[in-house]
Amino acid sequence: MNILTLLVVIPALTILGLIFTKGYKQARVLSAIGMGLQFVATLYLVYMYFQARGAGNTDAFLFDQNLVWYKSLNIHYHVAIDGIGVLMILLTSVVTFAGVFASWEVKDLTKEFFIFLIMLAMGVFGFFIAQDLFTMFVFYEIAVIPMYVLIGIWGTGPKEYSAMKLTLMLMGGSALLLVALLGIYFNSETATGLHTFDMQELSKMHFPFAFQKFFFPFAFVGFGVLGALFPFHTWSPDGHASAPTAVSMLHAGVLMKLGSYGAFRVAMYLMPEGAVYFANFFLVLTGFSVIYGAFVAVRKTDLKFINAYSSVSHVGLILFALMMFTKTAFTGAILQMISHGLMTAMFFGLIGMIYGRTHTREIYKMGGLMKILPVISATYVIAGLASLGLPGLSGFVAEMNIFVGAWENPNLLNRVFSVIAISAIVVTAVYILRVVGVLLMGPLKNPEHANLPKVKWFERVVIILLMGSIVGMGTMPLWITDTIRDSLIPIMEKFVH
Amino acid sequence: MDLSNFFSIMRGEIVLAAIILILLLAEIATKDKKKIVDLAIGLFLIHTIFGFFGVGEGVLFGGMFKASPIVNLFKNILNVGVLIILFQSASWVKGKLEEHNRVSEFYILLFASLLGMYYMISAGDFLMFYIGIEMASLPVAGLAAFDIYQKRSAEAALKYIFLAAITSGISLLGISFLYSASGTIFFDELKPFMTNDSLITLGFLFFLVGLLFKISIVPFHLWTADVYEGAPIGVTSYLSVISKGAAAFILIIILFTMAKPIMELWREVIYMLSILTMFIGNIFALRQKNMKRFLAFSSIAQAGFIILGMLSGTQLGMSAVVFFIATYIFSNLGAFGVVYAIANQSGKENMDDYNGFYRTNPLLSVLMMLALFSLAGIPPVAGFFGKFFLFMSAASAGYYWLILFAVINVTISLYYYLLVVRAMFVRQNDNPIPAFKSDVYMKIGLILPAIGIFVLGLYSPIYEHINELVGMFLK
Repeated sequence: MNILTLLVVIPALTILGLIFTKGYKQARVLSAIGMGLQFVATLYLVYMYFQARGAGNTDAFLFDQNLVWYKSLNIHYHVAIDGIGVLMILLTSVVTFAGVFASWEVKDLTKEFFIFLIMLAMGVFGFFIAQDLFTMFVFYEIAVIPMYVLIGIWGTGPKEYSAMKLTLMLMGGSALLLVALLGIYFNSETATGLHTFDMQELSKMHFPFAFQKFFFPFAFVGFGVLGALFPFHTWSPDGHASAPTAVSMLHAGVLMKLGSYGAFRVAMYLMPEGAVYFANFFLVLTGFSVIYGAFVAVRKTDLKFINAYSSVSHVGLILFALMMFTKTAFTGAILQMISHGLMTAMFFGLIGMIYGRTHTREIYKMGGLMKILPVISATYVIAGLASLGLPGLSGFVAEMNIFVGAWENPNLLNRVFSVIAISAIVVTAVYILRVVGVLLMGPLKNPEHANLPKVKWFERVVIILLMGSIVGMGTMPLWITDTIRDSLIPIMEKFVH
Repeated sequence: MDLSNFFSIMRGEIVLAAIILILLLAEIATKDKKKIVDLAIGLFLIHTIFGFFGVGEGVLFGGMFKASPIVNLFKNILNVGVLIILFQSASWVKGKLEEHNRVSEFYILLFASLLGMYYMISAGDFLMFYIGIEMASLPVAGLAAFDIYQKRSAEAALKYIFLAAITSGISLLGISFLYSASGTIFFDELKPFMTNDSLITLGFLFFLVGLLFKISIVPFHLWTADVYEGAPIGVTSYLSVISKGAAAFILIIILFTMAKPIMELWREVIYMLSILTMFIGNIFALRQKNMKRFLAFSSIAQAGFIILGMLSGTQLGMSAVVFFIATYIFSNLGAFGVVYAIANQSGKENMDDYNGFYRTNPLLSVLMMLALFSLAGIPPVAGFFGKFFLFMSAASAGYYWLILFAVINVTISLYYYLLVVRAMFVRQNDNPIPAFKSDVYMKIGLILPAIGIFVLGLYSPIYEHINELVGMFLK
């Protein structure tokens, strides 16, 4: 079987198996086995990819599988992958595997929880490998809809409100996207006279400027809603704050990347002139969300809200980098997707661990956790340092590329917004260090917290998986940047003027 | 007239009429009337299966009655829908037997109405069409009043029959205008007369009213909610899928063949009505608490989507509409089946009663969720593919703004479909509907839509088959 199709089949089989499990123990063990296999398959994919590249295979896309689905409409099940996709799959696999362990102690309707969680992951895997826009759209919606049930049943706080808001906003985004996809389809022409959804064929066509001008906003905003594009980001803080730990990890870690990845690979890649035309408009919006997210995070006292707004800021930085149209900035954007995915998953995982013990997320109700929970607290500090861009950790690599790339664009407006965005790093430092100071350092505020249980083995797995990836990416960034830069070559051709 | 030809072309109609007669005789002959339920379901099951094989094509009565592969496909789709309704309603009908000793009437009326729909979609002229549409509506009024001791049921029947009579009267007026302008009632002969002539235009629009009423398009939708709420659930699901589907089938046949020359005219009408219907259906559905009313308004909104697909006037459009109606029948019957099963067991019909339903009845809840997701258009269930192809057909004619309106409506509709999911899965209840087991007929009646919901979209040859038949028809 094609290795990429395998990445969709393994989750699907795991879901099927889960239906027949009894009790929470069976369910979580089966999920761990399933996602473990998925992780192994991903590592094998990475190995195969570099093997093929090392052997001198210079095709843009590898592991191609193209099956006809709806013949008369020319809809295919078409999967293939390039270097960027391989990295996104790797990220998804790490976060999903960690997510299973982060939800090890879900005891209420465990089977259903894992079914929906893995369905979400399946949608994400499918999205990253899809080359046919229809297939991609199907996987996109499969990834979004389980969120409603996951937040609704297992969430906390105003979960019904958050779940509904998140689902409707994301579905509204996909509604815009649908219009753009249909526009692309009916304006495409192939040799056989049929229209096509195939991205590889579409990328060879040149759409008229008037067309791009009309449909680019639909596609970009459609994906941008999921990528927390200001002012369509409001689902994200509510949703992430209400969601259970693993769901926040997966959603902020990988699902939001679907938005920025799609905005890049579909909207900008297929309609480059439209992208350039609207660049300034979206530059202002994304630049604003970078600084806005950071400032709101400073004022929040709920750990999840702090991290959710920090996500708005960091994810905004991805879309911001995309509006720079330089190769370095694009590389930075992809790096930021991976880096933010790992960091935010780590944060949400740690917050889940802290909340599971103290039953509060208000930072001013806790304090001095460093003495009681040394492992979790130390990890929190490291993740925080990665988030504010300390060299040696993943955040630095990404932000460095983004800001250098941004400066390569000589446009005055871009310069101005680069300065604004860079200054957001300082604000990031404020809210990260504030949490570290209030929550982790200082004297113990709440005497009830003196005897909190130690970190458990499955929590260690989460920490090792994610922290290892963050440090690995920070210390050995070159193989990642090289992979990205190679894969960017065909994309950059679209933006050379 | 060649007799063997006659039997081959009208086989479906003849068999169905025979079934009605057998049931009448069985009512006299048998004492154990519960057996009539089994007999009716068994006979109709055989009829449905044979409908898929070897029905002829051709023209009868000098062009009044036409049969072609696509028309046979329409009949088969309707048959499958009716079969599911029969399975779902079996235990309810048996309950009525204990109450007031009536069984066979239900089946006779239902089959008579279906027979009328057969005539309606096979019609080659307005006479056959009118016989069909009247024959399809009158028995439904009887069915709606089947709960004779319930005031609301009688009210529903009266509302339906009055409004149906008025709209089919308007339709008849339109037909007479068309006749006076052209001198013919045959669809094929009318085609050259279809111009922007004012009498033709007026006649055609009047004629449309009768069909739009059946599909419950705004502003002819006002009966829908009351009748759906008052009628027994089996009849409600019949009205919402079979009656609506049949009317949509003949509407699309007429629009795509006879009325093709005045496409610019009906396009504008359909365009406006589609937007209106989607918005009004959705907005009223938002606040409904009774599940039957809720599904009534949701089905009004769905009707807006059905006619949206007709705008393109191409093969893609017709295939998309037919495919969508097939997916809609399965999804809506899945939802109605669950409502039916719950109402049979506990008599509860309100959304709040469904709170905590998943924890007591997980399988029914999952089916309900899938059916609602299919109605909303979420992959991988069939409704997504149905809606996507509808939008594709509208996009092929360049109606991007209309698609934008439509997808906004999809999002609105998702809200209220999720309300039901929320009640069943998220909300807790101190006093939930207890776990129950349905009888075997109900189980089959729920499994069939579940299969349809999954298979129709993912298994593409079904769509390709429809597309092929449509291509042959439009050639």
